[in-house]
Amino acid sequence: MERNGKAWLYLLPALIFLGVFMVYPLVDVFIYSFEEGYNSASGTSFGTGLYNFSYVLHDTYFLQAVKNTFLMVIITVPLSTGLALLISLGLSSIKALKSAFQTIYFLPYVTNTLAVGLVFMILFKKTAYTDGLVNLLIHWFGGKSVDFIDGPYWAKMFVMCFYIIWVVLPFKILLLTSALASVNENYYSAARVDGTSPRRIFFRITLPMISPTVFYLIITGFIGAFKEYSDAVALFGTDLNAAGMNTIVGYVYDMLYGDSGGYPSYAAAAAIILFAIVLTITVINLMVGRKHVTYA
Amino acid sequence: MKVTLQHLTKKFPSRDKKDPRDVIAVNDFDFEIPDGKLIGLLGPSGCGKSTVLNMICGLLAPTSGRIFFDEEDVTDLPAEERGVGMVFQNYALYPHMTVLQNIMFPLGNFKGDKKLSKAEMRARAEEVARLVQIDQLLNRKPGEMSGGQQQRVAIARALVKMPRILLMDEPLSNLDARLRLQTREEIRRIQNETGITTIFVTHDQEEAMSISDMIVVMKDGIFQEMGRPQDVYDDPKNLFVAKFLGTPAINVFDAEVRDGMLRIGDEAVLSVPGVPDQPVWAGIRPEGFIPDPEGPFTASLDRVEVMGRDYSIISRHPACEAPVIRSIIDSTIKIDTEAETIRFRLKPRKVHIFSKITEDRLYFDEAAL
Repeated sequence: MERNGKAWLYLLPALIFLGVFMVYPLVDVFIYSFEEGYNSASGTSFGTGLYNFSYVLHDTYFLQAVKNTFLMVIITVPLSTGLALLISLGLSSIKALKSAFQTIYFLPYVTNTLAVGLVFMILFKKTAYTDGLVNLLIHWFGGKSVDFIDGPYWAKMFVMCFYIIWVVLPFKILLLTSALASVNENYYSAARVDGTSPRRIFFRITLPMISPTVFYLIITGFIGAFKEYSDAVALFGTDLNAAGMNTIVGYVYDMLYGDSGGYPSYAAAAAIILFAIVLTITVINLMVGRKHVTYA
Repeated sequence: MKVTLQHLTKKFPSRDKKDPRDVIAVNDFDFEIPDGKLIGLLGPSGCGKSTVLNMICGLLAPTSGRIFFDEEDVTDLPAEERGVGMVFQNYALYPHMTVLQNIMFPLGNFKGDKKLSKAEMRARAEEVARLVQIDQLLNRKPGEMSGGQQQRVAIARALVKMPRILLMDEPLSNLDARLRLQTREEIRRIQNETGITTIFVTHDQEEAMSISDMIVVMKDGIFQEMGRPQDVYDDPKNLFVAKFLGTPAINVFDAEVRDGMLRIGDEAVLSVPGVPDQPVWAGIRPEGFIPDPEGPFTASLDRVEVMGRDYSIISRHPACEAPVIRSIIDSTIKIDTEAETIRFRLKPRKVHIFSKITEDRLYFDEAAL
């Protein structure tokens, strides 16, 4: 008992911080989301109910944000993971300049989001003076210029996804190259002696061996993509609703602090909806993962 | 299948910046491994044994020289076309597959008319599983098995495609002492039953001596001697082979040949007709000593260890390379364990003398004694 008491004492600082800054806000958000017409200045509300959820779910901005977010998730998670896997396989099979390439691929990870955003602007944005580098290339091949930043929805979504993939790739490549490097060379030797084709080696040996890492990247990739916000700001500015490129987290932020701000109840409801979505997807992921992931 | 190595050499580029010379892992191997035998490739760690094995199986390309399976030159064939089975030191069992899946894996690589149906694959996998006696464990994962069981699975996986040659890299080194004894008998039995030419690598001379039909001794990438274990033991070509084989090890003395007599210290211990006068290393096997109060060789007695059937006499002599001389004596011979010194007569067949310069054996005419 005394030893237990000591253990709790040691845990206390961490528990206090977690309680104050994680558990309490979570509970509070949950409560806010059911308090109708909550006023943060007076701390009063009209009553409790599901009105906040109903409002949010009928708000066209929110629906647009949900659509945008889902599109980003569905496009960027598989693409970035697959691309990272391809690049890592390439990196681990070359010998010369390996570390140079690894550094190059890791650079975006240490580069500030807004700096990357600026570079993307230069590449994609159409201004009075220039069409941007990408449009120059399109012209080169005889295409018509597209305004990627203020133009059609698909163009903006393309840039957005391109950007997200670009930003998340380095971390995924880093983890996957180290996972690939940790597969014992003997497995490949054994497979080679038995005449296994490279394709079969990849699908039957390499992929199962690195499946825990791939699975980790997919789960965190989903969660990260659902919480997408700052990258959208970097590309399209703070008024994401006007650009039609808002995300769920962006919507929550706008409800709290944006031009239309001051609605903590709606923000809370949107946050709870996001939480429910992420939770559902993660549970599904875990269920799928249990079948296909092997921990040696 | 007979395996012939012709001037087989493997050099690796030096990793030492101060010494840019290539590292010669295998130097001019030139010998023939007879068909259907169990061959132990024996040598100390780092002597290039595994390199030889990897070249035979095709994972490493030789720098020069050729490899033949029977009359077929396989030097330029990739590993998968050589039809060899390989058992890796750490077994390399795929941890995410069951035992059955592991054993069936090589069969899944067959293409064209060799392609097997699932049922045929299963039948063949079960057959080899019975051969190595793991047919009860087919649904286990490798992680759920003991080292000895994993070893059998690895052998089964290597055998299932009916290889022309079976190669094993240190097959017993990951097992504990008791399992090692058991498994080496197992390897002997499996080889007998299948009749596949089997080459295994080991640094443990006892292991190689006990089960091999033939042993190949190598050192620092250089072939030393090949033959039946007993022959190599009885008739070592040089000091290294003599020292490497046998437990307890051979006792080596700083000695001299003068006027046809082998002299250790001041004593002329054995007549060695036909050997020119020179300083030599004299190697005497532990079983080459016979206690004899009239014997020519005197050592100071340290202690006597009783091992049931035999005695082990521990004595000392200043000319001996090792701190003590170990000799093994039949326990029917009476010894005064309190004495300060002990005198021995030597069995000529158990005494080998080696040149101090080349360390090669200097032969003398035992029959003339």
